[in-house]
Amino acid sequence: MQVELLEVRQHMAQFPPFEQLSDDLLDELAGQVEVGYFKAETDIYRHGDAVEYLHYIRSGAIDLYRRNGDLYNRLSEGDIFGQFDLLRDRRVRFPARAIEDTLIYFIPLAAFQHLCEADDNFADFVEVERPRLESTVDQQRKSHEMLVTRVRKLATRAPVMVESDATVQEAAQRMGEHNASSVLVLGAPQTPDDSHAFTHEDGQLRRMVGILTDHDLRNRVLAEGRPTSTTVGELIDERPITIQSDESVYEAMLRMLRNNIHHLPVLYRRRPVGVLHLSDIVRYETNSSLYLVDNIFRQPNVESLAPLRFDVRAAFVRMVNEDDNSQMVSSSLSSIGRSFTRRLLELAEEELGPPPVPYCFMALGSMARNEQSIVTDQDNALVLDDSFDPEQHDAYFLTLAQRVSDGLAACGYSYCKGDVMATNSRWRQPLYVWQQYFRDWIDDPSPERLLHSSIFFDLDSVYGDEAFVERLQDLVAGRASQRPRFLAAMARNALNRTPPLGFFRTFVMEKDGEQNNTINLKRRGTAPLVDLIRVHALACGSRAQNSFDRLEDINKTRLLAGHSGERIRYALEFIAMVRIRHQVIDIQEEREPDNNIEPENVSDNERHNLKDAFQVLSNAQKFLKFRYPMPSQKR
Amino acid sequence: MARREQAHDTALKRYFDVGVPAPETPIGDVPMLAMDMETTGLDEQRHAIVSIGVVPFDLQRIRLAERHHWVVRPPRPLNERSITFHHITHSEIEQAPDLDDVLDELLAAMAGRIVVVHYRHIERTFLNAAVKARRGEGIHFPVIDTMSLEARLHRQSWWARLRRWLGRPPASIRLPDSRTRYGLPPYQAHHALIDALATAELLQAQIAHRYSPETPLREVWN
Repeated sequence: MQVELLEVRQHMAQFPPFEQLSDDLLDELAGQVEVGYFKAETDIYRHGDAVEYLHYIRSGAIDLYRRNGDLYNRLSEGDIFGQFDLLRDRRVRFPARAIEDTLIYFIPLAAFQHLCEADDNFADFVEVERPRLESTVDQQRKSHEMLVTRVRKLATRAPVMVESDATVQEAAQRMGEHNASSVLVLGAPQTPDDSHAFTHEDGQLRRMVGILTDHDLRNRVLAEGRPTSTTVGELIDERPITIQSDESVYEAMLRMLRNNIHHLPVLYRRRPVGVLHLSDIVRYETNSSLYLVDNIFRQPNVESLAPLRFDVRAAFVRMVNEDDNSQMVSSSLSSIGRSFTRRLLELAEEELGPPPVPYCFMALGSMARNEQSIVTDQDNALVLDDSFDPEQHDAYFLTLAQRVSDGLAACGYSYCKGDVMATNSRWRQPLYVWQQYFRDWIDDPSPERLLHSSIFFDLDSVYGDEAFVERLQDLVAGRASQRPRFLAAMARNALNRTPPLGFFRTFVMEKDGEQNNTINLKRRGTAPLVDLIRVHALACGSRAQNSFDRLEDINKTRLLAGHSGERIRYALEFIAMVRIRHQVIDIQEEREPDNNIEPENVSDNERHNLKDAFQVLSNAQKFLKFRYPMPSQKR
Repeated sequence: MARREQAHDTALKRYFDVGVPAPETPIGDVPMLAMDMETTGLDEQRHAIVSIGVVPFDLQRIRLAERHHWVVRPPRPLNERSITFHHITHSEIEQAPDLDDVLDELLAAMAGRIVVVHYRHIERTFLNAAVKARRGEGIHFPVIDTMSLEARLHRQSWWARLRRWLGRPPASIRLPDSRTRYGLPPYQAHHALIDALATAELLQAQIAHRYSPETPLREVWN
């Protein structure tokens, strides 16, 4: 053995894949190494540079980046990089940058190839290393864990609890003693066999009736000038939102997100075992969509809200890379969109003063369905109290609508091309007018009249008096199923957009024989699926807005035969996911994301599944036509 | 170069024929040779070279594949058995060739390259004396001394003077301590080749932190 290279070979001998090499190979390798020094914060490789070496980090640390600047991996002493580039096209895929002063051993290509030939273990390691590499990245992101990590892991402190007849001062003292930002409030069971009751430490039956936070102490006690003798029971909301200790952190996050709350009591069955605070999750996962939502609600004006549009993309890419399914991704994006809307309304109200009459800001289309994508425009409307008087009140609501609409546009939600926005006076009306709109659409339908109205049959409240929108949802659910002509007209319109006939390696084949080299997955896939699901949902009187929830309602009936409901669900999930994945690729390759995919960029596996999904859509459309025929009686 | 015409020894003539890079050459373009020696003592008149390690390099890469390491037998027998050399046994030294036998190879490795050492007064003086004794004429060559580059920073700067005036101990400019300042790993072995490698890495780090690849050679050589 060559004593002179001891330093080099002994170091390498500690780390895989070199640790298992024979002494002879190791000696030979040590003698061929080239050495280079990189000061902290300097580039080692840029994207596309030629690669002629396998790299071994002798000391220091480096970051590998994706082309869009996201961190791909962080490596340190004993790690190798560049093996995939050597095996691929010998061009740098992930630019490398020294984050500490770094000494790198460069192993020349010939030596690398010799090792691959001479040692099978080495070859296996560098060739199948990819999964390990990516799982390392996942570990660093901590993201994947959110789905499998249970809430109890994060809520480790026993909850601070007070009785509901305690005064707020006592509650505040308890919070101070325990340095807690909330207390759980206990009360007596309502009945002897109350299903929410648990046995407390003192043997008494108790039930958790609410949560008091320091936010409440500030806003509901101090700000409102209530006495310190006020009892806790007077302040709390009697139906607290809770989570079970074995649910996922992800679920907890979504629950906070949907309800815009920062404290979530954690229960083991009925017994409170802790309180999960937003910051617990934020610490766990800083770039999450929850963090983003929290951030949205902290912004003092539109100017500071607008830049968050870039964080939306980052959160989107992250969710997809975490293998979230399309429902999770789109429901998170919808929550983000709703948060922007709510914050803009709060800001507008701060500026314009309280509304002259109650109102509800209503989302339509994808936001109402909780199916937003990263490429989306705004569809919204205002439902006003019936006491609304245009002369007196409309100036206020027009300004309000303009603030929100312009703000949303600044935040990346472009104006609706069909002018379905609250800024349009037609869509800024009191409840009774809205009820009349819906009755007209449903009772006196024609495909032409309904052509641009189907968007109104996905409706949900975003802010304000939810009851207004619930009344409209009730009206639709109760009335539509009784009107075959309406269903037929909606069904006719649901057939306007069709899937492509064939899907080939480099083009799509259209029904008229034309070949296209790009396909819009929204127009030709998800949108027609959503349309046909909506028709069935209306027919069975479902109040659900989300397509997957609607499918569940539909599957409870006999509307669809056999497994076709499941097939439709599969097709929607699959097409939506392909669309999402291609949008992520667009973002990562610094293109503006859109709904188009080019068949040549679709993997064989994806193509195969897409063909199946389009076939499901095509069959479902045929069935729709058959199931909701246009009644022959004249109008 | 005047020295070239005067050289009579073939190997020396060949060495001087290649010449050294011009003083204005950017350091990033200069081919270099890191060199370290082990000697029996510090006085080139009384003591002798025992081993020489060299590694060619430039600012991008240190080429270990082109390294050389020679153990040579001092002309005077080692009367002090107590002298210990790391990794070299006394019997190895006794069986080793005379420096004269490896000198042609050494000069070939040096040709066209700037020698880089840590503390120039050993390598340059010992080599000059040894060559003179064997080939009848000396060899004087420019070197980059990583220790003197460290000294500029830690011994001669106004900040270093201020520290001295305040009675603080001066920063150590020994090879291992200098390396630590640049985040370079500690090397355990004391071996002419490893020390040459350590010196080459140190120069790459010094240029990266304190100079730039465009710095002209004359600013860093001695």
